[in-house]
Amino acid sequence: MKPVVGIPRALLYWQYFPLWQSFLEGIGVETYLSPPTGRQILQDGLAALGTDVCLPVKVAAGHLLALRDRVDLILLPRLVSAARREYACPKLMGLPDLVRHSLSLPPLLSPVIDRYRHDNWPLIRVALAVGRRVGAGLPAVLRSLARAVECYRRYLNLLQAGYFPQEAWEAAGAGQAPDPRAPAGDVVALIGHPYTVYDREINLNLLGRLERAGLSVRTAEQVPEATARRAAAALPKHLFWTAGQQAVGAAFHYLEQEGVVGMISVMSFGCGPDSMTGDLIARRARRGGIIPHLSLTLDEHAAEAGVLTRLEAFLDMVAAQRERGVVVCG
Amino acid sequence: MRLTFPHMGNLWISVKTMLDSLGAPVVCAPLTTRRTLSLGVRYAPEGACLPLKLNVGNFLEAAELGADTVIMAGGCGPCRFGYYAQVEQAVLDDLGVSLRFLVLEPPEGSARELVGRIRAITDARSWWQVLGAVRRGFVVARCLDVLERRAQSLRPREVRPGAADQALAAAEKIMAGAWSSGAAPAFRRARALLEAVAIEPERPVLRVGVVGEIFTLLEPFVNLDLMQRLGRLGVEVSRSIYLGEWINEHLFLGLYPGIHSARGVRKASLPYLGHFVGGHGQETVGSAVLFGEKKLDGVIQLLPFTCMPEIVAQHVLPSVSRDLGIPVLTLVLDEQTGDAGLTTRLEAFVDMLWGNRGGICA
Repeated sequence: MKPVVGIPRALLYWQYFPLWQSFLEGIGVETYLSPPTGRQILQDGLAALGTDVCLPVKVAAGHLLALRDRVDLILLPRLVSAARREYACPKLMGLPDLVRHSLSLPPLLSPVIDRYRHDNWPLIRVALAVGRRVGAGLPAVLRSLARAVECYRRYLNLLQAGYFPQEAWEAAGAGQAPDPRAPAGDVVALIGHPYTVYDREINLNLLGRLERAGLSVRTAEQVPEATARRAAAALPKHLFWTAGQQAVGAAFHYLEQEGVVGMISVMSFGCGPDSMTGDLIARRARRGGIIPHLSLTLDEHAAEAGVLTRLEAFLDMVAAQRERGVVVCG
Repeated sequence: MRLTFPHMGNLWISVKTMLDSLGAPVVCAPLTTRRTLSLGVRYAPEGACLPLKLNVGNFLEAAELGADTVIMAGGCGPCRFGYYAQVEQAVLDDLGVSLRFLVLEPPEGSARELVGRIRAITDARSWWQVLGAVRRGFVVARCLDVLERRAQSLRPREVRPGAADQALAAAEKIMAGAWSSGAAPAFRRARALLEAVAIEPERPVLRVGVVGEIFTLLEPFVNLDLMQRLGRLGVEVSRSIYLGEWINEHLFLGLYPGIHSARGVRKASLPYLGHFVGGHGQETVGSAVLFGEKKLDGVIQLLPFTCMPEIVAQHVLPSVSRDLGIPVLTLVLDEQTGDAGLTTRLEAFVDMLWGNRGGICA
């Protein structure tokens, strides 16, 4: 019998879930996804790791613990590099070790993904490693990988057409072709890692709140990678974090975009790359001085009142600028 | 052109030696103080790690003294240090402080870029002269390492408290003037000062390995003179990183022969940390393993708050500690670190180590 593979609903899940899910389904593996982040998961994660770990990793620890008694294996890839001459953050590079030594968990399935030396480093290595571990045959692995990559490509197209991950997964799974969604009304760019921007529990449903305020939200993943990279080339030196490239590139892109009336950078307290890229984005937005920019740092103490006050102030600035057509410095 | 550079412990002595031998005009920033820190904290990004904040403070203080060009090292990630220069330049630009940055790092495009940057510093001097200057700076760094190691073994055994530190300070002063008098004679005089310190060789001492992030290890302002404090508590310190080794590893790509290399250390870390994680994460774990195998009494890990590679190492160290039976204390340092808190934790740790030895108290 094939083992049940657990997937923590944290970190890379928010980026690669369609790829993983479609591949694992294809090779006939039963998967178990941890429930959406909630109080319990957050508390377990906080209790399990040292105080100075960033919030997303603490949340991930909570999700891993939620999988503990339900699965035979946990899929937790070691993402070293997703593109040539770029890295993931050190904590993602060391994540399997970090959690292995701090939590008691079922065995981890941690294939290494390392494209530092060349961009077309074969993904099939990961697929084969996973297939071997769960006892899937070579033909099934090859077939499923091709299908998973195809599904993932559809998913990315849907994102770029203006979908959000959840809807895009469902649509991509159903084989739907993208039907472009023009933003309805004014756009606010919400820049941050997918795991902070889309996890409603840790960002206090920022996305929903902006939409309720009558604004259209656009995120970093909705900018095609090539566009983001072109915009990020304005930096004085090639940025060596792939996620940072996307965030900075998307932010620079939106700052030049017609119809974007404000920008929010969502950062995690203790996140190393965010502390640098967030600063580069904020400075650029300030120098441009065209649209209001809000830097929002989230941690486990993020209290609703504090976040709401800042959000309301930001929305007031956006509204004031729209009414008067004046230039506000963020 | 008036050159300055960021401080990291006594790195300034060897950098100044190198630049002086090139005849390049140098403006040394004042040694890091509370003022440096508060300038850095005020202007650098809030979430940035401590070394970046102190760099900004150093540059602002150097600019007050008339510096107009910064030289510093860089890198290509994944540790934040690789992007320090760019963020620091943005901070200074927005403040209206115009400093030009010459970053010595592997070039993105052609090697000509890097050569151009070196040429900007060295002017028309021959490559032979440049090599000579670099070598002189490096030799000074190696001498400083030797002096420091010697002081680490003297401190817990000195007859008159504070004698070793006095001698070390005087010795470093001699080395700082070594460019004019020549490194070898200066080193002989400096070492003689340390050899003259009276010690009690039979006194029982604890042996503790200090591992972690390089800046917190080398900068006494940040670690609140940790090495001296440990010495006073009767501890002989071994460190995972010394300046000369770091220069060899990072700037000379480990090519200089006969120097302890980090390769073996990284290998020792593999059972615990299966992959490179940037910075000195692997070296921290590997050194802790080696210290455990050498049966030292304990290990202390130092890191600046939010340091990514060291956080990974921090979470792996409990397993090393359990497997090898060596106690590990992790100290996270930031702008809030207070004297009393640190003293309390160090004393408790050292007491515990004496307890492990079988109850002999210092």
